[in-house]
Amino acid sequence: MKRLLFEHINVPGIQSLETYKAHGGYRALTKALSMKPEDIVEEVKKSGLRGRGGAGFPTGMKWSFIAKPPGVPRHLVCNADESEPGTFKDRYLMERIPHLLIEGMICSSFALGAHVSYIYIRGEMMYVYHILEAAIQEAYDAGYLGKNILNSGYDLDLYVHCGGGAYICGEETALIESLEGKRGNPRIKPPFPAVSGVWGRPTVVNNVETIAAVVPIVNDGGDAYAKVGIGKSTGTKLISACGHINKPGVYEIELGLPVEEFIYSDTYCGGIKNGKKLKAVVAGGSSVPVLPAHLILKTAAGEPRLMSYESLAEGGFQSGTMLGSGGFIVMDEDTSIVKNLWNFTRFYHHESCGQCSPCREGTGWMEKILHDFLDGHADLEDIDLLFDIQQKIDGKTICPLGDAAAWPVASAIRHFRSEFEEYVKNPSGIKDVKHYYRIHNMQPA
Amino acid sequence: MPKVTIDNQTIEVPEGTTILNAARMMGGPSVPPAMCYYSSLKTSGGYCRTCIVKVTKGSEKDPRPMPKPVASCRTSVMDGMVVENITSPDLLEARAGVVEFLLINHPLDCPICDQAGECHLQDLGYENGKALTRYKFRRRTFEKIDIGPYIKLHMTRCILCYRCVKVAEQLCPGRVHGVINRGDVAEISTYITEAIDNEFSGNMIDVCPVGALTDRTFRFKSRVWFTKPMDAHRKCKTCAGKARIWLKGSEVLRVTVRKDEWGEVQRDSEGGPLWICNECRFHTKKASDWIIEGPSEISRHSVISANHYDLATLKLDVAKQRKKLEGKKVLLGEGPLNPNNV
Repeated sequence: MKRLLFEHINVPGIQSLETYKAHGGYRALTKALSMKPEDIVEEVKKSGLRGRGGAGFPTGMKWSFIAKPPGVPRHLVCNADESEPGTFKDRYLMERIPHLLIEGMICSSFALGAHVSYIYIRGEMMYVYHILEAAIQEAYDAGYLGKNILNSGYDLDLYVHCGGGAYICGEETALIESLEGKRGNPRIKPPFPAVSGVWGRPTVVNNVETIAAVVPIVNDGGDAYAKVGIGKSTGTKLISACGHINKPGVYEIELGLPVEEFIYSDTYCGGIKNGKKLKAVVAGGSSVPVLPAHLILKTAAGEPRLMSYESLAEGGFQSGTMLGSGGFIVMDEDTSIVKNLWNFTRFYHHESCGQCSPCREGTGWMEKILHDFLDGHADLEDIDLLFDIQQKIDGKTICPLGDAAAWPVASAIRHFRSEFEEYVKNPSGIKDVKHYYRIHNMQPA
Repeated sequence: MPKVTIDNQTIEVPEGTTILNAARMMGGPSVPPAMCYYSSLKTSGGYCRTCIVKVTKGSEKDPRPMPKPVASCRTSVMDGMVVENITSPDLLEARAGVVEFLLINHPLDCPICDQAGECHLQDLGYENGKALTRYKFRRRTFEKIDIGPYIKLHMTRCILCYRCVKVAEQLCPGRVHGVINRGDVAEISTYITEAIDNEFSGNMIDVCPVGALTDRTFRFKSRVWFTKPMDAHRKCKTCAGKARIWLKGSEVLRVTVRKDEWGEVQRDSEGGPLWICNECRFHTKKASDWIIEGPSEISRHSVISANHYDLATLKLDVAKQRKKLEGKKVLLGEGPLNPNNV
C-alpha cells in the first residue's frame, strides 16, 4: 500500500508546523525554491498528475497553458469548495494535515510565478477555515510565506477565502466570480481562466488534492511519481468511501487497485455491512453514472475493473462510469435506486445557479417527477419523460452542473429501469410510508 | 476575413463576429432565435440557450466538430467553420427542449399580458415549441411588485435573461437591482428597500423579451395591435430624443425605443444605440410633444401591422401630399410632409 499524501496523517499533532516539519515537511519547499519554475512545471508534466477534482485534466498541461503577458500578475487558486455528495477527501486532508496543502500551494505558486494565491474554501467548513488560518500564520512566522521566502527573493501571500456555501462555486469560473465578490455564476468560456481569470488576470484553479500531490512530485521527482499507478492514471488518489460498507472513510489508494479489492478487502472498505449483497456503486461522487454490481466489479468485456481513470470509464456511459472526484458511494441490496436518485436530483435542483434555462427548469422538473415515483403517482410514460428531460439538459448548459444532474438520471434508468416500473405498478409495496405521510400531512396510523 | 458556412450558405464576416451575428448578416430562416442576447448590451447572451447551433467543423485549421451544441451568440466564427442550424434535426429537437424548459414555468397568461403581440417568447414558442405540454405540476409563481415609480415586475413571467440587469449595469450608474436567490427560485429584485429611479431605467422595459417588466403608464390601456406605431422625435437634453410613439387616435399611449428587425434598439448613424430617457418615455404623452416622422416599419408578419396600413402605399401618399402642399404657406414644422425639410 503506497501512501504519498497520507504517510504521516495519523501522527498526533501533525497539524502543527513543528510536527509536520519533524516528519519531513517543507523539504519540497526548500527544494522547489532552488529549482527553476519551468523545471517544476516540467516535473509535474512528467509525473502525469491529473486533476483530482473530477475532470482528470493533466495538471502539467494546465499549468503550461497559463498566459504570461509581461507586467500582469498571475494567480493560483486552490479549489477547496468540495461539496459534491459523497466526496469528503479534501476536508479530511485540510483538517488533518493543513501544512501539506500550504506547502503544495507555495511550490505551485512558485512554479507558476504567482505572488498572491488563494484558497477558496466552502463556507460550511468554518472549522477547517480556522485550522488553515492558524497553519498559514505558522508558515508566515517561520518565513515560508510573505516577503523573501527563505532568502530566495520570492514573495508570496496566501489568503483563505470563505465561500457562501454554494455547490456551483466549485466550478472554476463561478469560483472566480465568487472570489471577486460577485454572484457565483459560471462564466462563459472562452476565455478560459488561464487567459483571463481572477480580475481578468491569468489564473490556474486546482483542486486541494492536486496541489497537495505536487509536494511528493517535487520531493521525489516526476518520474518516481509516474511509476506509481497504472498507465495514464499515475500516482495515488484519495477515495472517500461511504454508504453500506463496514469501514467508511478516506483511503489513499494507488491508482489501478481492483474495485473488488477496494470494496471487500479489510485494508479498505471491509465488505458490505451486515453481510448483505452489493447492489450498486456510484464511483466518483454523485454526478457520475451509477453502476450495478456486475458492471462495477467487471467491465462489460469481462475484465476486472480497476480504480483508474481509464478502467472506470471503459464502456463509455453505456456500461462505464468515471473516477470523478473519488466519492465512492456503495449501496447494498436493500437500497432504493429511485429514492437515492431523487435525493441526488433534489441536490442539483437546489444547487443550480439559475443562469441557463435547461438546468434551472429541468432539474426542478426531474425532481418533481421523481417525487411522484416515491409517492406512487407516476405513470410508465414518466420514465421515458425523465430520460428525455435529462437528454435535453445534457450538454446544453454553460457549466458542467447540467451534465452532472443529467448523468445520474440517465444511468439509473439505463441500469435499473425495472425498479422504476415497480414503483409505478406496485406503489404500495415500495412506498416509503413515512415520507408519504409527511407530504400529505397525515398521521401514521 | 473568416468565412463561415451556416446551413450550406457561406458568408465572409469581420474577425470576431459571432455565429449569431454572421447569421443575421445573412438573414433568412437560418438566424437562430435569441432571448437573452442583445447586441447593444455588453456581456449579454449565453444564458437562455435558445440560440444553440451545431458546429460540424471547428475551423480550417482544426476541423474537429465541437462536442456539444454551442451558444451562437457567444461563439466567434473561425475561418472555415461549418455550422448547422435548421438543417440539423437533432439540433431543432434540442432547441425545442430549451423552449419547453422556458415555458414549463411560464404562466402563459398572454390574453392579459401587455407584452402580447410583441413578445419574443410567443414567437419562439410558435416557431420552435411544441403544442402540448408534458408538465403536470404547479407552475412557479411570484408576487407582482413595483420596482420603481414606472416599472412593474411580474417575476412569474420572467425567463431570467439578465438583459435588464445589463441595462442597469451599463446605462444606470449605481445599479440597485439584480438577481437574488438561485436556481428556479432566482428572481429579479431590487436591493432591500431601493426603488429603481434612474434617467435611463425605462429602457429595461424595452429590453425585456417577455412581459416581466411593463410600463406602469401604459399597463392595460390597450393591446399593442390596436395602437399605431410612429417614429417621432423631440428635443431632449438627456437623450437623442428619437423614439417610437404608439398612438390610439391622437393620443400617445406609450413611448418606446425604436426597434430593429431583431427586436433590438435601433442605432444612430454612428452606431450608438438610441436609448431614450425617462422624460421622453413617461412624461411626454401628448402628440404635440412630438414631431412625427411617419409610420414605423414593422414586419408585415407581426400582429402589430395587422389591419393598419400598407407602408408602400402610405409612402406614395406622402409624395402626393407634398405635391399638394407645395408652395402653400402652411406651418408644417419639421415632419416629412414639409417639402422644406427634404
